[in-house]
Amino acid sequence: MKAEIVQTNNNFNIKKSKSSGAFSVMWREILKDKLALASLFILGLLLITVYGATLFINQDKLVTVDLLSIYSPPSADHLLGTDYGGRDILGQLLIGAKNSFTIGFFITLIAGIIGLTVGITAGYFGGKVDNFMMRIVDFVMILPSLMLIIVFVTIAPKYNVYTFIFIMSIFLWTGKARLIRSKTLAERELDYVNASKTLGTPDWKIIIREVLPNLSSIIIVNLTLNLAGNIGIESGLTYLGFGLPETTPSLGTLVSYATNPDILQNKWWIWLPASFLILVMMLCINFIGQALRRAADARQRLG
Amino acid sequence: MLKFILRRILIMIPQLIILSVLIFALAKAMPGDALTGQLASSPKMDAQTLHELKQKLGMLDPPYVQYFRWLKGLLHGDMGMSIIHQTPVTQLLAGRMENTILLSAAVLILSYLIAIPLGIVSGRWTDSWADKMVVGYNYITFATPLFIFALLMLFIFGFVLGWFPTSGSVDIRVENGTFSYFMSKVNHLILPAFSGAIISTTVTIQYLRTEIIDTKIKDFVKTARAKGVSESNVYTRHILRNSFLPIAAFLGYDIVSLIGGSVFLESIYGYPGIGQLFITSIAQRDFSVVTALVMISGLATLVGTLLSDIILSAVDPRIRIE
Repeated sequence: MKAEIVQTNNNFNIKKSKSSGAFSVMWREILKDKLALASLFILGLLLITVYGATLFINQDKLVTVDLLSIYSPPSADHLLGTDYGGRDILGQLLIGAKNSFTIGFFITLIAGIIGLTVGITAGYFGGKVDNFMMRIVDFVMILPSLMLIIVFVTIAPKYNVYTFIFIMSIFLWTGKARLIRSKTLAERELDYVNASKTLGTPDWKIIIREVLPNLSSIIIVNLTLNLAGNIGIESGLTYLGFGLPETTPSLGTLVSYATNPDILQNKWWIWLPASFLILVMMLCINFIGQALRRAADARQRLG
Repeated sequence: MLKFILRRILIMIPQLIILSVLIFALAKAMPGDALTGQLASSPKMDAQTLHELKQKLGMLDPPYVQYFRWLKGLLHGDMGMSIIHQTPVTQLLAGRMENTILLSAAVLILSYLIAIPLGIVSGRWTDSWADKMVVGYNYITFATPLFIFALLMLFIFGFVLGWFPTSGSVDIRVENGTFSYFMSKVNHLILPAFSGAIISTTVTIQYLRTEIIDTKIKDFVKTARAKGVSESNVYTRHILRNSFLPIAAFLGYDIVSLIGGSVFLESIYGYPGIGQLFITSIAQRDFSVVTALVMISGLATLVGTLLSDIILSAVDPRIRIE
C-alpha cells in the first residue's frame, strides 16, 4: 500500500507505462486463446500472401480475354480455373482480397475517426452539444441504411472507390459514436479529469492525452470487429452490383458471378473460393476481436 | 407512462420531416424523370412541347411547392407511376409487400425458435460442453455474412441435394387457394427463412445467456430455491419471466435488419418481395418505385423503433427518458 502511494507520488512516468500496458494485456490474451492465436497466424499469412502476390501479378495479362479457355475448370495452367472471359480466377481472387481488405480497412478507419470525434466531444462536453449531436446520431440510425447506400451509389456522379468509401462511412459511424459517448460520459466523472480541469489543463489536452488513452482498448476492439463487418458489407454490396466499381474487382465481384444459376450449380471454382476466403477472413478477424474484447474487460480475461 | 409515449412520438415528428425531405431531395437528384423517358421515344415530341407539358404538370415549380405536392400525394397513398410496369406504385407494392412480410415473419419466428432454447441451455449450464457449442455457434453465425451463407444454403440444399426449389415464392402450376398451393408456398419459404434466421440469432442468444447468468445468482432466485421451488420452476417462473419481455421488445429494432436482410435474401432466392423489387427497380432506373420503397422502409424503421422504445420503457422504468 505504502509502496504504491510512494510510486504514484514520485513517478509520473507511470501513466506512460500504463498505456503500453493495454497492448501487452491484449497480446497476452491472444497468446492464451489458441483460436485467436491461430486466427492471427492465418490472417497474417493470408495478408502477406495477398499483398505480396499482387505485387507480382501482371494486371494487364489478368484482364485480357482469352477466348480459348472460357470457363475452364481448375488445371495446372489456371489453378482455380477461369471465368466467362477466360481470365484466371486465382489472380482475380488475390486482387479481390487485396481490394476488399484495403477498402474495408479505410471505411473502418474513416467511420472510426468520425464516430470517435463525435462521441468523445458529445460525451466530454455534455449538455447542449451532447443533445444536438445525439439527435443527429439518432436520426442516422433510424435510416434504412442499406437501401440508402445503394441509392447513393447509383446516383453519385463520377462514382469511384473514394466515393464508395465516403458513402459507406456516412452511414457507419453512428454506432461507434454512441459507444464512445457513453464511455466518455463515465470517464469524465472520474477524479483524474476533475483534477486536470482544476489544474487548468485545456479541454482538448484532457481529451486527447488523458481520456483518449483510457478509451483506447475499447476503440481497438470496436474497430477490429467493425473491420470484419465492413468487409462483409462491402463484398455484399458488390455482390448485389452496388459496391466497388468494375475497375476495382473485389471478392464480392467473384461471388456475384453466382447470380447466374448455371455458374452457381456447375462452376463452383468461380464463386466458392471467394466466398470461402471472405468467410475465413471474417472469422479470423472476429476471433481476434473477441479475444481483444476479453482483454479490454478484466472480468472476462482468461489469464 | 402516457407522458413518455407522447414525448417519444413528439421526438419522431422532426425525424419524419427530415426523412421525407431527404428522400424527396434524393428523388429529385435521381437522373431522368417520368416524362423525358416516356416521351423521348415519341416522334411528335420536341423540346418545346416537353417544356410546356412539364410546366403543366408542375415539374418546373419551385422545389418547396413540388415537395408539398409530393407530400400531399404520399398522405393520400399516391406514390406515382412505375415507368417500367406502367402501374401505380401503390398497386405494384401491395402484392410484393405480402411476400416480404411473410418471409420476414418466418425469419423472425424461426430465429426465436432457434435462439431461445440455445440461449437458455447455454445460460443455465454455463461452461458445459453444450454452452461451449452454443458460444461457438454464436461466434460463427455472427461472423458469417448473410449473402455468403444464403448462397451456400442455396447451393447445397437447392442445387446439390435438390431438396428445395431454387427460386420464386410459389409453384406457378398449382391453383391459388388449394392445399397444395399452401404447401408450395411453405416449401419455397423454408430455405430463405432458415438462411435469414440462423444468421440473426446472435443477439437474442447473447442477451439471454448473459441475462440468465446474471439473474441466477440473485437473491430472489436463492430465496425461491430455499423455499423448495423445483429447479425447472426456478427457471421458467422466476428467471425467464424477467428475461423474455425485453426480447419481445427488440422486435421493433429487428425491422431494420429484416429490411436489409430481405434485400439479400430475396435477390439470392429470386423471391418476389420488395427487396428484390428494390434491386430490379434500381437497375432499371424505375426511380418512383425506389423512392416509395425507401420511404416505406424508413417509416417502418421509425415506427418499429418507436414501438420497441415504448415497450422497453414499459417493461423497465429505468430506460424512460425524463
